[in-house]
Amino acid sequence: MDYAILMILFPLLGVVLNGFFGNRWSGKAAGILASTMIGASFVVAVMITMQLIGMDPHHRMEEIKYFTWIKVGGLNLDFGFLIDPLTTVMILVVTGISTLIHIYSIGYMHGDSRMRLFFVYLNLFVFFMLVLVLGNSYPIMFIGWEGVGLASYLLIGFWWEDQSKAEAGMKAFVVNRIGDFGMLVAMFLLFSHLGTLTFTEVFDAAAIKWGHHIGNATITAITLMLLLGATGKSAQLPLYVWLPDAMAGPTPVSALIHAATMVTAGVYMIARSNLLYMLAPTSMTVVALVGGLTAFFAATIGLKQMDIKKVLAYSTVSQLGYMVMACGIGAFGAGVFHLMTHAFFKALLFLGSGAVIHTMHGALHHVHDHHTDPQDIRNMGGLRKYIPVTFSTFFIATLAIAGIPGLSGFFSKDEILAQSFASGNMLAYGLGLAAAVITAFYMFRLVFLTFYGEYKGPEGSAEGLHESPKSMTVPLIILAFLAIVGGYVGLPIVLGENVNLFHNYMHPVFAHGQEVVHHHANHLSHATEWLLIGISVAAALVGIFLAWTIYRKQGKVALPDAAQAGIDKVLLNKYYVDELYNFIVIKPLIGICNFAWKIFDAGFIDGILVLGSAKSVRWIGGGVRRLQTGVVGNYAFMLAVGILVLLIAFLVN
Amino acid sequence: MSIWLSSIVFIPTLGALLFLLLPARSAKTLRNAALVVMLIDFVVSLPLFWMFDPSTSKFQFVEQAPWVPSLGINYHLGLDGISLLLVLLTTFLGPIVVLGSSAVTKHLKGYFISMLLLQTGMLGTFLSLDLFLFYIFWEVMLIPMYFLIGIWGGVERIYAAVKFFIYTMVGSLLMLVGILWIYFNTTVPGIGHTFDYTQILRYADFGAQAQLWLFAAFALAFAIKVPMFPFHTWLPDAHVQAPTAGSVILAGVLLKMGTYGYIRFAMPMFPHGVETFKPLMLTLAVIGIIYGAMVSIVQTDMKKLVAYSSVSHLGFVMLGLFALNQQAVTGALIQMVSHGLSTGALFLLVGVVYDRRHTRLIADYGGIATVMPKYAAVFMIVMLSSVGLPGLNGFVGEFLILLGTYKTAPVFAILAATGVILAAVYLLWMFRRVFYGELVHEENKGLKDLKGIEWASLLPILVFIFWIGIYPSTFLNKVTVSITHFIGQVAH
Repeated sequence: MDYAILMILFPLLGVVLNGFFGNRWSGKAAGILASTMIGASFVVAVMITMQLIGMDPHHRMEEIKYFTWIKVGGLNLDFGFLIDPLTTVMILVVTGISTLIHIYSIGYMHGDSRMRLFFVYLNLFVFFMLVLVLGNSYPIMFIGWEGVGLASYLLIGFWWEDQSKAEAGMKAFVVNRIGDFGMLVAMFLLFSHLGTLTFTEVFDAAAIKWGHHIGNATITAITLMLLLGATGKSAQLPLYVWLPDAMAGPTPVSALIHAATMVTAGVYMIARSNLLYMLAPTSMTVVALVGGLTAFFAATIGLKQMDIKKVLAYSTVSQLGYMVMACGIGAFGAGVFHLMTHAFFKALLFLGSGAVIHTMHGALHHVHDHHTDPQDIRNMGGLRKYIPVTFSTFFIATLAIAGIPGLSGFFSKDEILAQSFASGNMLAYGLGLAAAVITAFYMFRLVFLTFYGEYKGPEGSAEGLHESPKSMTVPLIILAFLAIVGGYVGLPIVLGENVNLFHNYMHPVFAHGQEVVHHHANHLSHATEWLLIGISVAAALVGIFLAWTIYRKQGKVALPDAAQAGIDKVLLNKYYVDELYNFIVIKPLIGICNFAWKIFDAGFIDGILVLGSAKSVRWIGGGVRRLQTGVVGNYAFMLAVGILVLLIAFLVN
Repeated sequence: MSIWLSSIVFIPTLGALLFLLLPARSAKTLRNAALVVMLIDFVVSLPLFWMFDPSTSKFQFVEQAPWVPSLGINYHLGLDGISLLLVLLTTFLGPIVVLGSSAVTKHLKGYFISMLLLQTGMLGTFLSLDLFLFYIFWEVMLIPMYFLIGIWGGVERIYAAVKFFIYTMVGSLLMLVGILWIYFNTTVPGIGHTFDYTQILRYADFGAQAQLWLFAAFALAFAIKVPMFPFHTWLPDAHVQAPTAGSVILAGVLLKMGTYGYIRFAMPMFPHGVETFKPLMLTLAVIGIIYGAMVSIVQTDMKKLVAYSSVSHLGFVMLGLFALNQQAVTGALIQMVSHGLSTGALFLLVGVVYDRRHTRLIADYGGIATVMPKYAAVFMIVMLSSVGLPGLNGFVGEFLILLGTYKTAPVFAILAATGVILAAVYLLWMFRRVFYGELVHEENKGLKDLKGIEWASLLPILVFIFWIGIYPSTFLNKVTVSITHFIGQVAH
């Protein structure tokens, strides 16, 4: 499987070609080139997966070492890949969705003066994302981890003339760095206790060292530190604040990086480290709690957002919460399954929102309106008549995320809810269920306000509403197809022992961890499972019904920001968390920094110590100089005084 | 006995003598001549890398001759894995600083003579194996640097130059006392007192108490040079006032003199001192990392920001050195080289816009990525290397330092790791304010992107930023044995 390296070399080639020679061809050509490269990676990913599937299920793991990266003392890090079922799911999702979004971007970014740069960044992202999921050790994963953070930073601030967009990019990078701090500390702990950072070696050594000391403080600390990393990258409480702002980036970026792939890296990392987490039950509880609370908390914010992308952003935070929660209750497979289905329907939702924005832009442009916000759902309405393809694909994705049976989201979300119920963690189950109701509600609110009712755009602009070009709608259709069928690889167990193909395929990845702690999956009776499915579906229907009642039947329209009050206002302002962080972290930090510089550095060290000692030298020098008058009489007098003093000193002794 | 090392040390001096014959009028001739001398020196030094035998910790290419036999002073040069990298860093940066001097027009002849003599001083310091010789080179460096800041510097150059000079002198004098004490208390059987480094290591037997004082004397001299908190306040002034090339040498090589001093002299000669002072040194290192980063955050002048970031980055080096295990010390050495490259490049880059706009204030820029996209791209890469992005050089050093430090001093490692967050804050924030946003200042709209000579000075550094990041083994292999030996000397 050595050729797996090609997967990362194609995007790198795209970066080099477009980056260094791209000015010789058009932006469109750059887009085609970049898309071709990712397409080639996708082909390699498929070949790798087929090859892995062809192997004996118990030996579906291949480690490839390419070259020595860092070898110092006992530290021996290779640049290498680890390919197992988990890896293949990730590479298929990453390269597959990336290919579609690259193609979509050719249409979406058409006419942008920096189109070529956009594709350079996008290819760079895919390169790092693949390193992240392919790496065979924590540090190699960390290369990808930081690299995707960089690509995200560059792409969020892609339209850097707008200060706020550049600011959002910076915020993403810095907040992620806080998470990275956790990753680093986790690596220090692993290395000092196990002497290695390579995945396979770490897991074997950890199983031996802590297999009989489950819940040991060290392994708990390690896994909590890893979790800190995950809360950064996968936008969980308390570090989720960067993701909504990240919507400042072009919409394909939001779809690819901030919904389908990069933000799932934390979930991937936890799933990859499943054995470590199994050894630390306390950490598992924390993971489940963080995930569950995030799922619920972010969903509530999603209720009141007016920006189409912001609704989706909070929805993403919430859905990532589901995945993290799944890991926390030990259902790693279900978490990764939801990661995959979410990648399909959320990428579709974002690309659909991009098409909507594209359409609104066109309409506003039609009437030369540069003030109306093309992303504010209060300016939309009734769009389904004008852009039927966008609408129908968006609608399919909405059904999927709401958890309507038969679509991908239903299967994965239901599995998570059922597993959390089975695990006995009723808090997680309750949070997940509540979030499911809210999700269905805010998604249908979005659909109703955007696509139904009367068009509320500026007068005359309706004539400018047009469906997006083929390069954009074709990826929508493909993703819609995936959003429907993507769940059928993981049918509920209640339908038969071996129908959950996904679960069976992933099983070897998590088997070791389960063996070490003698964990047995909690099986539910068929009746219970059916009941749980019924409850999930009911939750979705309740949410949809409420949204329908309020936004269709009563025809309620969202109020302007200024008219919001009470809890609505709090939600619209996202619980004022950004303001809180600003008040308790950023302001004091800047204050301390200024103190360190102006008062301590310039004032104390330089002013008092350094210049003070210089001045005292001058002062002493000046004083001594006064003694040297050059008058012999004075010297004689001093001499006499000196002798007198000495004499007295002797006599006293 | 070969004279290879001597050639490397004195080719710049010969060049400086040659400069006396050159006409002062023709700037072009002077620039080319300086470039050629530096290039020759680099080319001469380059084969050291391949000829160096990494399997032994012994000094190689040794040159030894009695200089003042009656006083036990030897002319003694030699190279191990540690000095190998630093010597090559110095000769590598030589031509680059000449290229980075294109904005200097005043007294060019004196300028290049200073620069060449400085080069000799630095190389001699890295290669000396005799305390007296070391001290001479150490002081020789001071004078040309003083002139570079004092004559070719900015508005407050005199203040900065004097501050730099006095600060360094204070430290050096204590070290001189220490050196003399060592001399009088070391007796080589059949020969007498000596300044010879290898002989001192072999025959000297200072009591534990004496080692404390000696370590303190040396450590202060080196701490000022590094500079370690709280002895750093000369650095921002010196950097801000120095011409671009001066800043590049200062950051690239001169600061390494301090850390090199620890690794070569203070630590192996006085292990008892290291043991006693270790907690203090680790503490100051960590304070330096966090404090330097915090002060960087609020700087308004780009050069000052980079200067304070050096305090932070060199804190990492000191942390690694005193953590005293293979990973940490190797990381410290790699970080020394990396910092030389990244910070050197950052000063070159600040110089690029300074030459065009004659201001270093962040507020005078904004949105210039739009008019200088290539410059922005290069700046971005160098910035990321400084931030410690894995895959680039900065990460390798920092990661090894922290990984190693955690094993011996976990609390210090965790505190130091917060510096990684702060580094992202100060650099990215500066980048955002300088490059992103709208082009608000009319004067910036006509800024020209990087020109040929600027590319020539930056590209070689970029190559190594990637090389060390992606394939550090090339360099790690050369230093392993020397570092194992060093740790053995200090921790016995």
